Amino acid sequence: MDITGRLERFFSQRRIFFFAVVIALLAALPAFGFSRYIMRICIVISIYSMLTLALNLVAGYTGQLSMGNGGFYAIGAYTATLLMINAGLSFWSSLVVAAAFAGISGFLLGLPTLRLKGSYLTIVTLGFGEIVRMILMNWDTVTNGTLGVRNIPLPSLFGVSLSFTNHGLYYLALVLTALVSVFCALVINSKVGRAFIAIREDEIAAQMMGIKTVRYKVLAFVLSATISGIAGAFYAPMVGYIDPNSFTFDISSQIISMAILGGLGTMRGMYFGAAALIVFPEVSRFLMDYRFVIYGLILVLMMRFRPQGLLGWRTRLPYRFGKVLERQLAAEGSLPPLL
Amino acid sequence: MPLLHIKDISLSFGGLKAVDSVNIRVDEGEIVSLIGPNGAGKTTVFNILTGIYTVDSGEIFFEGNAIQNKIPQDIVEAGIARTFQNIRLFRNMRVIENVLIGSHIREPYNFFQAVFRTRRFRDSERENTLKAVRLLREVGLLARTHDYAANLPYGEQRKLEIARALATGAKLILLDEPAAGMNPQESEELLRFILSLRGRGYTILMIEHDMSVVMNISDRIYVLDYGKLISEGLPRQVANDPKVIEAYLGGVPDAAENNRA
Repeated sequence: MDITGRLERFFSQRRIFFFAVVIALLAALPAFGFSRYIMRICIVISIYSMLTLALNLVAGYTGQLSMGNGGFYAIGAYTATLLMINAGLSFWSSLVVAAAFAGISGFLLGLPTLRLKGSYLTIVTLGFGEIVRMILMNWDTVTNGTLGVRNIPLPSLFGVSLSFTNHGLYYLALVLTALVSVFCALVINSKVGRAFIAIREDEIAAQMMGIKTVRYKVLAFVLSATISGIAGAFYAPMVGYIDPNSFTFDISSQIISMAILGGLGTMRGMYFGAAALIVFPEVSRFLMDYRFVIYGLILVLMMRFRPQGLLGWRTRLPYRFGKVLERQLAAEGSLPPLL
Repeated sequence: MPLLHIKDISLSFGGLKAVDSVNIRVDEGEIVSLIGPNGAGKTTVFNILTGIYTVDSGEIFFEGNAIQNKIPQDIVEAGIARTFQNIRLFRNMRVIENVLIGSHIREPYNFFQAVFRTRRFRDSERENTLKAVRLLREVGLLARTHDYAANLPYGEQRKLEIARALATGAKLILLDEPAAGMNPQESEELLRFILSLRGRGYTILMIEHDMSVVMNISDRIYVLDYGKLISEGLPRQVANDPKVIEAYLGGVPDAAENNRA
C-alpha cells in the first residue's frame, strides 16, 4: 500500500481522536491570545472554506465549472446588509433570507443555463458574476451604487454583540463552517451525492440509469448558491462595509484556484486550499509585488505535476456499509472482502 | 402479449433512413439478438428504445404500454435498462456505488429526508446496499465491491455494466455488443453469464457481432441492413438465409450494386 493509503488508514482508525483534537484546538484558538490580525485571517479562511465547499458541490462533484459563485456571495452579502440596515431585521433572520434569496437566484440562473455543457456553461456563469456586480453598481436607490454601504451592524446573540474583541465573530464563523461542512457531507453520502458524481463521470450513462440530470444539476447549483449566500451574509457584518468592488471576478477565480489546489471532489482539499491561498499572500509580504508571480507559479506547477490537487486522491479506504449492514452481510456470508 | 413489441418504427437523419419500418417482438424470457453489418442501424434502434432518439413514425409497446418517444428516465422506470457498446461505467466511483446508481430510481426518499437522515432514508439505503451486494455476489464481483470501476479488467467491467443495469429493477436488458473486444475464453464466460440471466427471469435483447455467441444463445435473431429488417427467425434459419449471407459477405456483384444504389 502506498503512502497516502497508509496515512489514510492511520487517520481513519483514529478519526474520532483526531476530530476531537482539531475541534478542541479550533475552539481554544482565541485563548492563545493571537492578535486581531491573525484572528481575522482565521475568519477569512473559514469564509473561503464555505465558498470552496459550495463550489465543490457544483464543480467538484457534479462536474459543472461555475465561475459565477462570487455573484451569489455578493447577493448574500447585499441582501443581508440591506435587510439589516433598511428593514431593521436581526442578523439571524437576514442570514436566512439572504441564503434563500441566493438559492433562488441560483435556481433562476441554473434552470436555463444548465442545459449548456462545458465551457459554454462556464462563460454564462462568468457573465452572471459580472451582471450581479453591474446591478449593484448601478441600482443606486437600493444598493447605494459605487459608494457602497457602511456601518453594517455586528451580529448579536442574546443582547451580546459578536465582535473581534470578544471573539464572537470567530466562533460564529466556526459554527457556520461546521454546519455547512456537515450539510455537504450529508448530501454527498446519499443518492443525491451519488447522482452528482455520476453526472460528472458520464452524463449520458447517468441519464440511462434514470437520473434526472437537469434536475440534479439545478439542485447542485441551488445548494452551491445558498451556501455562498450564507458566506456573503456573514462577510458583510464582519467587515462592516461592502461595495460592488468587494465582489469582483477575482473572488470567483480565487475560489476556483483554492478548490483546484486542494483537490476538487474532496472536502479535505477545500479547507486546505482556502487556508493555503489565504495564508500565502500574508506570509510572503516580504516578496512584495513578486508574491503574485510566485502564486501563479505555484498554480502552474501544480497543474503540471498534480492536476488532481494536492489532497485530491481517491480514497483507498473501504466503502462504509455501517455496523448494522456489515453484521447482516456477514451473517449471510456475503461480506465483501477488503482490498 | 409480447414483452416488447416494436411496430413499424422509422427514423431518418436528414435524407438518410437510419431505421426503416422495423418490427421486432421479444417475448418474456427470450434471448433475442439483433445483428447486421456495421452501420445497419442496430444501435440506433437501441437509442430509440431507451429514449435518446424519438421516432418519426411507428409505435413501441412494453408490457402493453406505449413507450415510444418517452424520456430515458421514464423508460428505465418502466423496466428497460441497457449497457453500452463502449463501456460507460462511472470510472471514479466504486463498484458498489456503480450498482447503487443503478438502483437510484428505487430509492424512495427525497432530498430533505437525506439531509436529516430520517428512518426512511436509512431503511432505503440499507436495503438497497444489501441488494447491491447480493447482486454483486450473484454476478461474481463480490471481491471487487470496494474497488474503483476503472481498476477492473475488461471482462469484469462488462459484467459490472450489466449488474448496474440489473440493479435498476429492469425486466428487459438491452446489451449493446457485450462480447466486443473479448477473447474466446472471456466471451465463453459471458455467454454462460447471459444464459444465467435468462435463468433468473430476465429477458434479453442484444446486439452482437460475435457469431459464436449469437448462434449459441439466441432464441431468435433479427437481421438489420441499411435500416431495414432483411431476415428474422431461429439461428439456423437466419444463418442459411441467402439475404443475410449477401449482406455480410456480398453477393453477386450486380445484385450487390443494385442494393447499395
